[in-house]
Amino acid sequence: MENNTKKELRLRILRTIEHEGRVDLGQLAVRLGVEETDVANEMSDMEKEGIICGYHTLIDWDKTDEQKVTALIEVRVTPQRGQGFDVIAERIYKYSEVDSVYLISGGFDLMVIMEGSTLKEVSRFVTEKLSTLESVLSCATHFILRKYKINGTILAKQYEDERMLITP
Amino acid sequence: MRDPIAKRVQDMKPSGIRKFFDIVSERKDAISLGVGEPDFDTPWHIRDEGIYSLEKGRTFYTSNSGLLELRREICNYLKSHYDCEYESKGEVLITVGGSEAIDIGLRALLEPGEEVIIPQPSYVSYEPCTVMAGGVPVIVELEEKDEFRLTPEKLLSAVTDKTKVLILPFPNNPTGAIMERGDLEKIAWIIKEKDLFVLSDEIYSELSYKEGHVSIASLPGMKERTILINGFSKAFAMTGWRLGYACGPENIISQMTKLHQYCIMCAPTTSQYAAVEALKHGDRDVEKMRESYNERRRFLMHEFKEMGLQCFEPYGAFYVFPSIKKFNMTSDEFAIKLLEKKNVAVVPGTAFGDCGEGFLRISYAYSIDNLKTAIDRIKEFISELEEC
Repeated sequence: MENNTKKELRLRILRTIEHEGRVDLGQLAVRLGVEETDVANEMSDMEKEGIICGYHTLIDWDKTDEQKVTALIEVRVTPQRGQGFDVIAERIYKYSEVDSVYLISGGFDLMVIMEGSTLKEVSRFVTEKLSTLESVLSCATHFILRKYKINGTILAKQYEDERMLITP
Repeated sequence: MRDPIAKRVQDMKPSGIRKFFDIVSERKDAISLGVGEPDFDTPWHIRDEGIYSLEKGRTFYTSNSGLLELRREICNYLKSHYDCEYESKGEVLITVGGSEAIDIGLRALLEPGEEVIIPQPSYVSYEPCTVMAGGVPVIVELEEKDEFRLTPEKLLSAVTDKTKVLILPFPNNPTGAIMERGDLEKIAWIIKEKDLFVLSDEIYSELSYKEGHVSIASLPGMKERTILINGFSKAFAMTGWRLGYACGPENIISQMTKLHQYCIMCAPTTSQYAAVEALKHGDRDVEKMRESYNERRRFLMHEFKEMGLQCFEPYGAFYVFPSIKKFNMTSDEFAIKLLEKKNVAVVPGTAFGDCGEGFLRISYAYSIDNLKTAIDRIKEFISELEEC
């Protein structure tokens, strides 16, 4: 495959599966106007290259009986000589309670997103685990009250087709 | 009491679409593939600009021709996308949808009895608008073997010494046909030779899936005899905003502006402000939507091939136009049976002219999931037909 077409194909695949993780490969190939094997090969290459990091499902847990509390924690840390923020970030992301960790520019350094089943569980993690880490200077914890939109998907509204059934 | 209604209005046929709409709207839960408008919402930044204009109290008339800023953006857009050059002052008129531009364009051009060549199958309003403008419609029946393009032979055979206007509806609703540069060049010399004027309805120009769309107005010597009609409905998913435009030589546009001024005054102000935003920052939205339509188009073509339904490959708009001739049914019969048996609504090709007989218009302005459900039902329907 030509380099440019390959780049284009990869982009198209990624754009589609980012929102349609369960798309049938045969159907995807038809939609993109290529062979199914091309799609399958590119996808497995991108998995190996770490471009595709996983296939997840977007769940609105609020609609289930499961209790979940999500917190955003702004963490200020002292970076370590020679290693910057990577070591402290690793110490934090290794906790299974931690969902995401981002290095942030501005008033704090790391944004940690974590999930717990109760408020208590989250606060215990912050007070006992996170803030006691040596290089952590301070934590500011924000609890999420409601999720409206995640990764481009709006949770609040159900889409309804309001167009007339037949128009010229 | 005497009859209140003018004869020429009584004589107007109700649109074939309308008739079918009445049948479909009786049905509960019908899956429709019959819609001629985008399924996307207008991109939020465009809607937001409309809202902002209201907040700022921009609730007055604009000039008859439309906001100068919008006309300037339209000129930039036509230059950069289609290599068409127009002056924002004098050669652009903002209208209430492409529909108004079609109407006043024909009214500006036609003397009573002059003939208008209308290629069909095509959008439903060209014929009645021609009649209301005093013109005589001359229908050219396009054929599947030509991929529903207008060939020079067909054009030549329709030209008489009364012919004044050619309507050029490409990319086409309902067939999805396009006219490529070569096709346009082949008819352009006839248009010049026979001294015709063109009303080029390019409302689907952004939805071209082959090479980019070519406007006939960009060909040498054609600008001065072309009214280029375009708008925001299809490209930016803005049907309800009712905003289109006509561009052409000043002598024609100024006369159209006169008509527009008396019957419309000006296009909706809110829509015009939103449209400025659409042209300034909407290219990426258009590209995304085009990609999405193209995926659906390929999906449908593939499915039709699988089920053995013959269909030429359309490269424009958001319609496919499969042939159902092999089932020995009229388009109407097929569409009504499909609705009764499988609750799927499609539009019979005959709604767009007699030569649409034997075809269906299927719109892919629907999500893939939606299309898939509908296609599965059509598949069932067809295999049941083939069994008996």
